[in-house]
This record gives sequence, structure tokens and C-alpha cells, in this order.
Amino acid sequence: MSKSQAPKQKLVVVGNGMAGCRAVQEVLKRDPDRYEITIFGAEPRVNYDRIMLSPVLAGEKSFADIVINDEAWYRDNAITLHAGSAVEAIDRTAKVVRAAGGIEVGYDRLILATGSDPIRLPLPGADLAGVVTFRDLDDVEAMIAAAAPGAKAVVIGGGLLGIEAAYGLSRRGMSATVIHLLDVLMERQLDSSAGFLLTEALAAKGVATELEAQSEEIVGKDGRVAGLRLKDGRTLPCDLLVMAVGIRPATGLAKACGLAVNRGVLVDDTLRTSDPAVYAIGECVEHRGQCYGLVAPIWEMCRTLGEALTDGAGTYEGSSLSTRLKVSGVDVFSAGKHLGGAGCEDIVFRDAGRGVYKRIVLEDGKVAGAVLFGDAADGAWYFDLMRSGQDVAAIRETLVFGQAATEGLRGLDPSAAVAAMSDTAEVCGCNGVCKGEITAAISGQGLTTLEGVRAVTKASASCGTCAPLVEKLLKLSLGDAFQVQTGPKPVCGCTHRGHDEVRRRIVAEGLKSAPAAMQALEWTTPDGCQSCRPALNYYLVCAWPGEYRDDKQSRFINERVHANIQKDGTYSVVPRMWGGVTTPAELRAIADVADKFAIPTVKVTGGQRIDLLGVKKDDLPAVWADLNAAGMVSGHAYGKSLRTVKTCVGTDWCRFGTQDSTGLGVRLEKFMWGSWSPAKVKLGVSGCPRNCAEATCKDIGVICVDSGFEIHIGGAAGLEVRKTEILTKVASEDEAVWAICAIMQLYREKGWYLERIWKWMERVGLEPIRSEIEDPERRRALYDRFAYSQRFYRIDPWAERVAGRDAHEFNPLSRRMEFEVA
Amino acid sequence: MNALVTDPISWTDVGAVTDVPLRGARRVPTADGDIAIFRTGDGRVFALRDRCPHKGGPLSQGIVHGHAVTCPLHNWSFELATGEALGADRGKGCAPVAPLEVRDGRLFLGRV
Repeated sequence: MSKSQAPKQKLVVVGNGMAGCRAVQEVLKRDPDRYEITIFGAEPRVNYDRIMLSPVLAGEKSFADIVINDEAWYRDNAITLHAGSAVEAIDRTAKVVRAAGGIEVGYDRLILATGSDPIRLPLPGADLAGVVTFRDLDDVEAMIAAAAPGAKAVVIGGGLLGIEAAYGLSRRGMSATVIHLLDVLMERQLDSSAGFLLTEALAAKGVATELEAQSEEIVGKDGRVAGLRLKDGRTLPCDLLVMAVGIRPATGLAKACGLAVNRGVLVDDTLRTSDPAVYAIGECVEHRGQCYGLVAPIWEMCRTLGEALTDGAGTYEGSSLSTRLKVSGVDVFSAGKHLGGAGCEDIVFRDAGRGVYKRIVLEDGKVAGAVLFGDAADGAWYFDLMRSGQDVAAIRETLVFGQAATEGLRGLDPSAAVAAMSDTAEVCGCNGVCKGEITAAISGQGLTTLEGVRAVTKASASCGTCAPLVEKLLKLSLGDAFQVQTGPKPVCGCTHRGHDEVRRRIVAEGLKSAPAAMQALEWTTPDGCQSCRPALNYYLVCAWPGEYRDDKQSRFINERVHANIQKDGTYSVVPRMWGGVTTPAELRAIADVADKFAIPTVKVTGGQRIDLLGVKKDDLPAVWADLNAAGMVSGHAYGKSLRTVKTCVGTDWCRFGTQDSTGLGVRLEKFMWGSWSPAKVKLGVSGCPRNCAEATCKDIGVICVDSGFEIHIGGAAGLEVRKTEILTKVASEDEAVWAICAIMQLYREKGWYLERIWKWMERVGLEPIRSEIEDPERRRALYDRFAYSQRFYRIDPWAERVAGRDAHEFNPLSRRMEFEVA
Repeated sequence: MNALVTDPISWTDVGAVTDVPLRGARRVPTADGDIAIFRTGDGRVFALRDRCPHKGGPLSQGIVHGHAVTCPLHNWSFELATGEALGADRGKGCAPVAPLEVRDGRLFLGRV
């Protein structure tokens, strides 16, 4: 690189921020004597680290801590700084920059580093005092001034900056709430699992979050902000309102002097604008269609610009992005294709004990992205792997455990790697168990199974991700004597945990949402699969009646639209007929509905109901409205729930009837309808042992006899045909109802999802069920829990849909393309 | 990729991204049959012909998990980005991908 000769060329930089100063440093590094340098800055201060404003707001750093270039730097490098002088115009013909106060400086080369402006939402009231953005030190000072302890702050925008602002304000003693339009915080960096954890972590730090909340108006009092009104009608009172909804490249100057500008100032791969004497860098530029709002791309641009201005060769080809949240104690990192996509696979690791979630996205055997929550120490390593594009197939097994675990084992085949591990190497991170402890336990106590090692050492007893490693140690110690054991059948491929453990821990640990359960139970996928999602949803419905918010998207279509999908995509509708009893008025209403909606098939079912088959999905709410009007409700013929109670006519009509079997059936159905269960539940009540209601092949059956009621369970008449077992006998109808509800509740609490009662009974045995039901106290407690749950679930879902709930389920998104001819 | 078309000539605004429930789907009837628009848990959107290649089941009615959907009729699962069948049914069929773009929070469905 040749040192230039005098006279020096004039280099003028518009923007005294991180980009402008860094570009100057890059030039000085390469050729300190080539240019006479002038920098204009709109802010009246030296260059500081803007990304550290959040810690300044939080009171964790002072302004002095974040100064990058102090006055001495400008002086030592003979740079003329015009701080506080905004450039007003650029005359490209005369090559002169004009700034406030009549300053004029000529240039040979000009760098635009004007950065970006925060977006101000055009809400009514946006001009009230106390409404600020979060961009520079002035904003931070305004916020700190307003941050009286106990005062309330609302931050619009749940992105990186908004969260950091809210956290900082809460550290200053304010009660802060983040309002976010979408349902996941930082959705541009996080997936829904990490977003959920972030919401929880912020709550623990005193920052509240309102998701899916749309701002409507800023409410003022005496010219000052007093609250934020949302679209849903609520008003959140506040003394300070921060808008952190994004940034827009500051292109005003560039536009005014006629440079090519799109979203940002357009630059080529050498950062040159449409004028060869003018360059642009940082947040004000648009390069290959991309605008950047993070610091790493700026550093990369500045390196290229340093080359370009000193006759070097480098080009800028765009940047990969990584993000880190600067909230103390909340470790969040995101890079690349953090959401995956076509052809990508995920490796997910969760450690509930440490609150860790990691998702590594692989594409073609390479790291394509990563989301780390709770432990982001390896963020830089994943980012390096991603940018270098190196094949990670060989380290795939240990990749998710991070650099230390991976590099410790690199180049070794799995069994050799295990053999080579030192005795003090940690195998189970959750329980802190080393290799030596495990091998000693295997040889010392004659252990031969994974379960045995788990019981003795606790290795693999928590998250289970080290189970394969423990098995390798067993194999290494025992050779061929070791056979891989299978534990309880996992719920699905997303977890190694069985249904019993999942159910137990949902209750024991107070897990009240699917994301909470998936995190605590260390699910290995971001949001489960078609098998575990309905199962978890049911377990939560059962465990937390009245508290858990049912997740429709985790229900099978039939339960989502309260009808049974048929082979052609139409639905069948079955109104409830209590105990199989109907009336002429109901039959007329059914006939009218069938006519009105041209329902092709009307059929009597095995459960004593009438089935309307072939109803179009869009017609469902109207069909239900008509059936509701005639007094009929959903028959739940579609649900993992109480289906039908089939009865005979009992003492009402039958000459052999011993009890009022119809009355009991109707009473049971009226009390039990709407209850969700692991699988469908069908009841039968027969008035005498001739059993005309076929009660002995039902899930729960009642055979009435002269002396009372025999209660049977565990029948089946489907793929399996199975006669019930007699569980107990009671003397009165009341006792029969109590016992049956108690059985139902026990099954609801203990059954595995999709496991019918007969299977549950075969799995756990008849005796344990009988002892629960025959113990008056336990039966009573079960009955009470069932009755409590029914307070929330004994509702007609049809009536709710007719009233408009979930209307989107039944209407097409748009009809605009329906009749367009291609 | 198995896009229905590679070069759509017209785009139609069919609604807002947020009209499609997270981990859910909506359908858009078109003159050539229904298109299913899916929105995954992480907020991405995809569009496929609303017809399972197995027995014609409406994929828009299936459970959306990860970046996949499971047909409500016989539990075939499909990758939303490519429409390819997954798991045991891999290679047995494909639900064609429909051209979909998001602009300013609106969904645009393409048509040749």
C-alpha cells in the first residue's frame, strides 16, 4: 500500500456514530496520512456505543463507560469534529457539504453514515409529553428523568430494543409493560418456545408482557401521556410511553442531493452510492436489497470501505446476522435461519432445571441457524460454524451440547470417545454425574441396565439426553452382556418420557400450558407433533379445569369443529338424545334441518342417535343453530369424551324391567356430557340381566337387578370384542351415579391419551380401580373432582359456535379467487 | 420444489397473516380447487393444495406441528415447505405447493 503524497485529499463523514467513526478508523489503520478528515455529528457529543444504551438505561453502565472515541482520539488523528452540527445539504457538483451554523466543507470523498431514525407510530396522542423513542442518549435521559420509582411505563414493541427498554425502566423502579402486536416476543429472532421462555423470564424480572395487543390511541392528561388504549378496549395507564417499533434508514440528505435511494441509500459491493465520490455505510444503506439494524454488518461494511478508500480490493457481500439480548440474567442468542424451513432439520435440547432451550437448525449437514435461550455461551461458536459452512455431520451427536463437549470428543469414534473420556468427565449435566461414578457403579454393584444406573447414580434421570452415553458406558463395561432396555413407552418421538410421568409432573409441578410442559419435560421439538399435542392438551384440560386455556390447534379437527369429518371432507352431525330418548318435535326439527341443508344421508347409529351425514363445513353453524332452536345440543359423537348412554325402557314399559334404566341413563348423560376423557366413553344401562342396552360391551355398563345396580367396566365392541368385568354393586341409583362418575374421573386422571377404559383396566389391573371406587372417601373425592370439572366443561359447544366463537374455523379466508377463471 | 407454477402472473390479497391461527390453517376456495394456507408456531406461512395425495383429505383441517401438517383422514404428514410426505409415507406423494407471498402483513396468493 503506497503512502499518499501531499496535498491530502479531503474526506468528509456525515455521521459521528458508530459507523462513521469506525469507517474513519479503518481508513486510518490502512493509510493514516492520505486524508484530511472532517466529521459532522448531529448529536452534541463524541462517538459512543449506541448498542450499550440499554445498560445505561438500566443503570448498569454510565455514559463514560460507553464512549468509544473520546476527544483525544479526534485530536490525535487531526480530525475536525463538528458535533451538534447537523448537515443540511450536500452540493455534489461543487463537492461541498453545508451544515447548520453556516459551516461549509469541501470534499474529495464523502461518506454518508447518517444511520436511522426510530419509527414513530402515527397514533393519536403521539405528540404528548412523555412519549419517547429509544434511539440516542437524549431519549435515554428523557426516560431516566421520567423513571420515578412506582411510576408506570408502557413500551410499544416486543423486539430487541423494546424489551431492553422495558427491562431498563423496570430496573429504574418503574413497573413496565411491553405491548407486542404478535404472539411471540422478538419473533424475528426467536421461535415460539424461546419466546415463551423469554416472556416468563421477563415476568420474573418484573416486566409484564401483553401479546397480540394492538395500540389504538395514546391517552393524555394536561398535555402529558396518561395511558395507552388498546384495540380491545382496555386502557393501560402509564406515565411514560416508549415507542420501540423499529427503525427507518435516514435517507433525507441522500434523497435531497439526488442520490439513488430505495428503502436505504443504494450502494454497490464497495459501498459506493450512485455518485462515485460518495460512499454510504451503516443503517442508512441498502445493499443487495437488505437494510441492517445490527452492529456486526456495520463493522464488516467499514472494513470494506477502509479498503475502498485506500485503493484496496475487498468487497462487501452482505452479512449473516446474529442477535444477543442485553438483559442481565436472560441469556438469548439467535442467528441465521432460526426457524428452519424447507430441507432443514432441528436439533432441540431442553434442560428444565437450568431453564435452557437450544435449537440448532441444520441444512445439508451444515449449521444454518440457532436459537439459544438460558445458555448462550456457545452462540459465537454456532455462528462461526454457520458462517464457515463447515460440514457438521461428524459432530452432530454432540453439537447441541456446545463447543467444549464437541471438541473434547472430536475425531474419535463414539465408543473410543467414550473410552477416552476421563473418569472425571461429566456425563449427566443435570445431576452432575461423572463417568467414573457410573463405571464404578456398574462394576461395583453389578448393574446391567440403564434403569439400574439411573436408580443408583441418577445419571440420565432428569432430561435423559445423556441416556445414549450411559448406554455406551454399559456396553463398554459389560460388552455383549449389555442389552439395551426399553423404559416406559414414550408419549411420542418428541420425548423419551412416558404418559404416566408426563401426567404426574403436570400436576406436581403446576404446569399449566403446553409450552410450560414442553420446557419442564424437555421436549425435543419446538412445538410437539400430531401425537403429543392432543395428548398434552387433554392432560392439561383434565389437570386444570377452569384454569387451562384449551388449545384448539392441538385438537383433532373433529373436536375443533364439533362434528365428524367424512371421507369427502364433509361432516356428520349428531345431536344429543339423552339416553336415546327423543320426541316428535325433535324429530321434526331434525327432518327440517335435513331438508333445509340438503343433507344427503340420515342414519340411526348404534348408540341410539340420529346421524346427519354429508353436511358442508360452512353450513355447520347454521345447522347447529336450527338444532339448538329445537332444544338439542351437541352429541359429542366426535370427541374423546362422553359419547352416548344407551338405555332400554326399564320399568317404564318393560314387563321384565327391575329399575328405571331409562331414567338412570338420562340422569347420567345429563350430568356427564361434555366431559373430556383419554378416549371415547360409551355407557349402557340395561334394566335387567337380559341386557337389551348391550351394557356389557360398553366402556361402563350398568345391569339393573332387583337388589340394585351392577356396575361393569372395560367392555369393547370394536376392533377388540370384550365383555365387561363387574366392578362393584350398589343398592341405590344415587350410589350408581356416584360410582360411575368416580370411575370416569379415575380414568380421566390415570388413563393414557387414546387408551380406552378396557386397555387402561388391563394395564393397571381391576383391583386397584375397585379399591378406589369401593372406598367411600376416595370415591367421594373422585366424584367431587369430576363435578368440579363439569362446572367448566358441561357446556354446549354448538351454542358457543352459533354465537360466533371461532367463526374463522367455518369460513374460508377469502372468496376472492373462487370464481376467477385461470 | 413442486410448485404448481413457477411464474405466477397475478397475485390476490386473500387476507391478513394474523387471520390464520398460529399452528392452524385457513382455506381459500379458488376456481381450481381449495388452497390451504398454514401458519406455523413460529409465525411462518405456507400454502399447499388443500388435498391430500393419499385419499384427498383436506389438509387445512389437519394438526399443524413444527413445519408439517398431518392429514385428518389417515394421518399422513407433509412438509409444508415442499408438500412432500414425511415419515413412513415419504416418497409416496406430494401436495403441490401454491405460490404465496407476504407483503406488509397481508397474504398474497399467486395464480397463473
